[in-house]
This record gives sequence, C-alpha cells and structure tokens, in this order.
Amino acid sequence: MPTVSMTVNGKKVSGTVEPRTLLVQFLRETLGLTGTHVGCDTSQCGACVVDIDGDSVKSCTILAVQCEGANVTTIEGLANGSELHPMQEAFREHHGLQCGFCTPGMIMSAVDLVKKNPNPTEQEIRHWLEGNLCRCTGYHNIVKAIEAGAKAMGARK
Amino acid sequence: MYAFEYQKPKSLADAAARAANEDAKILAGGMTLIPTLKQRLARPSELIDLGGIAELKGIRKEGNDVVIGAMTRHADVAASDLVRSTIPALADLAGMIGDPAVRHRGTIGGSIANADPAADYPAAVVGLGATVITNQRQIPGDDFFTGLFETALEPGEIITAVRFPPAQKAAYMKFRNPASRYAIVGVFVAQTAGGVRVAVTGAGPSVFRQKEMEAALSKSFSPDVIKDVKQSPDGLNSDIHASAEYRAHLVGVMARRAVEKCG
Ligand SMILES: Cc1cc2nc3c(=O)[nH]c(=O)nc-3n(C[C@H](O)[C@H](O)[C@H](O)COP(=O)(O)OP(=O)(O)OC[C@H]3O[C@@H](n4cnc5c(N)ncnc54)[C@H](O)[C@@H]3O)c2cc1C
Ligand code: FES
Ligand code: FES
Repeated sequence: MPTVSMTVNGKKVSGTVEPRTLLVQFLRETLGLTGTHVGCDTSQCGACVVDIDGDSVKSCTILAVQCEGANVTTIEGLANGSELHPMQEAFREHHGLQCGFCTPGMIMSAVDLVKKNPNPTEQEIRHWLEGNLCRCTGYHNIVKAIEAGAKAMGARK
Repeated sequence: MYAFEYQKPKSLADAAARAANEDAKILAGGMTLIPTLKQRLARPSELIDLGGIAELKGIRKEGNDVVIGAMTRHADVAASDLVRSTIPALADLAGMIGDPAVRHRGTIGGSIANADPAADYPAAVVGLGATVITNQRQIPGDDFFTGLFETALEPGEIITAVRFPPAQKAAYMKFRNPASRYAIVGVFVAQTAGGVRVAVTGAGPSVFRQKEMEAALSKSFSPDVIKDVKQSPDGLNSDIHASAEYRAHLVGVMARRAVEKCG
C-alpha cells in the first residue's frame, strides 16, 4: 500500500493508505479529525469541504493519494487555541447553524470566499454557497453570519 | 469503490504508455470519475492521474487562438484575463459550471472526454468551432461528440488541449437544473469567421448545431429572426426534470437570450 504525506493544519502527517481511500476518510479515520463531515458522499452537499493549497474542495471527491505533498486545512485548523476564527465566531453570534452538520463545510467555503473576495455582497455569498446544502436553517442566518465574518476578517488584518 | 492501483506519471509519454492498457482509466479532476467509482459503475485496474504533467496545464495564445490545456480547471478558465479579453463568453461559461469546489478540481479535458449530455463545455467547443488536440491528432469540434457519453476518442487516446478561435460576438445562456447546476438546456451562439454557429447542449443525447437558426441569423443577426424557428422535440431528452417538448421550447428561449446578450 502506498504511503502518503501531506501537511494538515500546519503539521506534517503521513500514513499508509489504499489508493481508493478518500481524503475525508484519511482525515477522519487515520488522523482522527472528525470535524470534516460526510453529508451525502455523492459530491453534492459540501459538508466535507476543506482547503487544499488555497482552494475549497470536496474532500469526499478526491483521493488521499492525490494530496501527496499538499497543504490541507480543515475546520480544526481555523481556531487559534481557544480563540475561534472570526468566521466561526460570526456563525455562533448570528445563529448560522442549527444541527451543525453542514457547518464545517459552510465555514470552510466561507473563509475561501472571503480570501478571494474580501467584501462579498449578499448575492455573491448565496451564489458561492451553491455547493453547500443545509437542511435546517433556510440559509438566511448563514448568509448574515458570512457577511459579519467577512467584516471581522477584514478588521483583523 | 473497488480497489485499483494509482499512478501519477510525470510525462505525457509515460501516461500514454499506461493508458494503452484497456483496464486503466485516466483521472483528471475526478469530479465525474470518483462519484462513478463510488457507485461501482466502473472497475478500472489502475488510475492514471494526469495531475503531475505540467504541459497539460495552462492557457496560452497561439496566433489569434486561445489554447487551453486539458488539465486546466474551470476556475482558472473563469478567472483568466486572456480568456476574458479574447472570448468572454467562454470565461462566463466556465464560471457557471457546478459550484466553486467543483470548479476548483474539474478540468476542461475531463468535461469534454466525459461528454455528459448536460455538460456546458461541449456547447463552447461546437459553438466556437474549436479543435480538440490529443496526443495523436487534432479533431474538429464538430466531429468530436458522437453520442450520449460518446466521443471520437480512441481507447487510450489522451486530450492534451483545446484550441478556440476567437469570435466577433459570442454568448452562452443556460437554463440550469437548480439542484445540480447542469444544463437542462444551454445554447452557445457565436458569430465566427466561418459564419454563425448555434450549439445546443442539455436538450439532446449529445450537443448539436441548430442549423435553421444559424441560417436565419446569418441573414440578420437579431433575436427576432429566430422567433418562428421551431425546434422539434423528436429525439430530445425527456426526464423528471423536463419533457422533450419543454426542452424544445427552451432551445428557442435560450437561443434568443444568447443572441440578445451578444448585443
Ligand atoms: C456537484 C457537481 C456539479 C456539476 N455541475 C456541472 C455543470 O453545471 N456543468 C458541467 O458541465 N459539468 C458539471 N459537473 C461536472 C464537472 O464539470 C466535471 O469536472 C467534469 O464533467 C469532469 O471533469 P474532471 O476533470 O473532473 O474529469 P474526471 O472525472 O477525472 O474524468 C472524467 C472522464 O474523462 C476521462 N478523461 C479525463 N481527462 C481526460 C483527458 N485529458 N483525455 C482523455 N480522457 C480524459 C476520464 O478517464 C473519465 O472517464 C458537475 C460535477 C459535480 C460533482
Ligand atoms: S459529503 Fe462530500 S459533498 Fe457531500
Ligand atoms: S445546520 Fe443542520 S444541516 Fe445546516
């Protein structure tokens, strides 16, 4: 079985995996990082979104071996110790979640959006979230949270 | 997924040698192939990842044409200044595919090799009269898509790039499936050096040219002249999303909107 090495949340990690192992399985089962969720396993819902080399990607639709040498950030990599990332704090503050299942993917997608477009409009936020499904909230507070999170991320710089 | 071996060759020659094995399968962005493998609809012995071959990535100008490497992601085409300034309709189309995470992985080569009847890129390849370049030959866009998920590619043949000639005017309009964002009907209209082209995706088993609309628009390039051109529903797709009759109707609506957008 091949060995795969990558950087996850700033730490170098490696593991022996079958080629058919998905990145999300490697994160959850080998590394024990269970913050990344599997909602659909059919590439539709975005619960599994992580950042790979600066872009949001569905970790259920990429093999671990494809990530050899990559720099991966998961939801666990956003907070600074006990201090939440501004986008996480904004979701908490603006009630951007109910059951929370979609939230890791929502937040990872939102952080990627704000990195690329620091002042997104409501329309741009809704458009960007087309690949992130939420069964609970109706999206309204998620969009509000991302607007606030974007401002807070800007202020932090 | 069934088990498979994984290879990431560094050169096109190496990839082509491996692809000659008929049980092997090429992996590009994986946005179609990995879901297919998960459903056990394919059982390749080996995946050949094209992600390590630098020459397959990137966008360049050759004469007046825009040449897009097979492994160039949808997000890179959408964001390219070169594409935006030469063929803005192509950048628009790439930015309408799927969602951001899909655009961060999916590639133009994978999209056209897959030849999904509802995919967007086939409309641009046919609508602009592009040329598909492989490791063996050059295939005119008009001859590339041969049927439902069928292309002119031979087993083991690898797409290396697509060459798009510029158009005087071009626009793409799609009526999206709101859940998947694939085209229920998409129409690409272009005024090219070789005449007006109207390419329709989503409606039939494979992308096709609407020749009656092309003839009418060649006389006068305005949305009014195609108002009375009737698209026949015969042979069009009919599924839970839309009937053949509805798709036929949408071909006219999307074509008129695309002509309007050309300005
Ligand atoms: C949620 C979701 C929404 C989507 N929405 C849309 C949409 O709105 N519009 C749209 O057009 N598409 C859509 N797609 C499909 C997406 O664009 C895919 O990226 C594309 O169809 C396949 O490209 P890929 O690079 O991921 O190829 P892969 O999945 O890696 O490969 C697809 C097929 O092509 C073959 N192949 C790949 N590259 C080559 C090559 N260079 N030469 C020869 N054969 C090759 C592979 O062997 C495989 O059979 C969507 C996908 C998902 C998951
Ligand atoms: S679990 Fe990956 S998209 Fe739903
Ligand atoms: S909060 Fe429950 S799925 Fe989004």
